[in-house]
Amino acid sequence: MITVPIAYYLILAAVLFCIGIAAFLIKRNVITIFMSIELMLNAVNLTFVAFAHVWRQISGQIFVFFVMVVAAAEAAVGLAIIIALFRTRRTLNVDEVDMLKN
Amino acid sequence: MELVLFILFGLLAVAGALNLLFQRHPINSALSLVVVMMSLAVLYWSLGAEFLAAAQVIVYAGAIMVLFIFVVMLLNAGEEEETHGSKIAYIAGIPGAAAIFCLLSFVFLSERSRLGSTGLGGYLSGAVSNIGEISHTLFTTLLLPFEVTSILILIAILGAVVLARKEL
Repeated sequence: MITVPIAYYLILAAVLFCIGIAAFLIKRNVITIFMSIELMLNAVNLTFVAFAHVWRQISGQIFVFFVMVVAAAEAAVGLAIIIALFRTRRTLNVDEVDMLKN
Repeated sequence: MELVLFILFGLLAVAGALNLLFQRHPINSALSLVVVMMSLAVLYWSLGAEFLAAAQVIVYAGAIMVLFIFVVMLLNAGEEEETHGSKIAYIAGIPGAAAIFCLLSFVFLSERSRLGSTGLGGYLSGAVSNIGEISHTLFTTLLLPFEVTSILILIAILGAVVLARKEL
C-alpha cells in the first residue's frame, strides 16, 4: 500500500494559505476578502490535523475544534458588520470605505 | 489508493481556491470555497480525524457558507469593479505570497523524512475511537475552555444582533 508523506499535506496547506493571502490582497469586495480569511483558517486547520497525526496527539485536533468555533463566531459578527457597512455606505468595495484614512 | 485519494482531493481543493481567486462574482467565490471545504473534510478523514471531517462539513460547509451566501443574496452583491488600489496589490501581493509559499515548502520538504507518512484512515491510537478520545479530553482536562467557548458564542450572537439592527 502506498502511503502519503505528511509533508505533502503540509505543502497543500501552504498552497491554500498562499492563495488565501493573494485573494485577501487582490480582491476588492469585502465579502470575498472575508471568504479568503476563512480559506486561510482552513489551511491552518489542515496543518494542525497533519501535525496531530505526526505526533499522535489529540490536542492538535482539539485546537482545530476551537478554531472552528471561533471562526463561526467571527463569521457571524463579521457579516453583521458588513451588513451595517452596506446600510450606511451603500457599497461593498473596500476602496470606497476609507473613513479612518484622513 | 491513499495517494490517489490525496491527489484527487488535494487538486480539487487547490482548483477551488484558485477559482475563488479568479472569479469576479462573490457567489461563484462562495460556491468554490464550499468545494475547498468539502475536499478538506475528506483529507481530514484520511488523516484519522473523523470527528473533524464531520464537523468541517456541518459547521463550515453547512453553517458558515450558508451564512455567507445569505449575505451575498441579501446585499445583492454584483461583480467587483477594478480600482487603482488593486494594481498595487497585484504587484506586491503575488510575489509576497509566492515567497511565503517557497519558504514554507522548503522547510516542509527538508524535514520530509522526519515527518513520516500516513496510511488510509491512520488512527492516532488503536485503543479508543477518535470521537471518544476527543470528547474525553474536552470534558475532563479542557472543560473550562469548552464552557468559555459557549459564552463566546453567546456574545457573538448578541453582537451580531446589535450590529445588524436597523438603527445603528
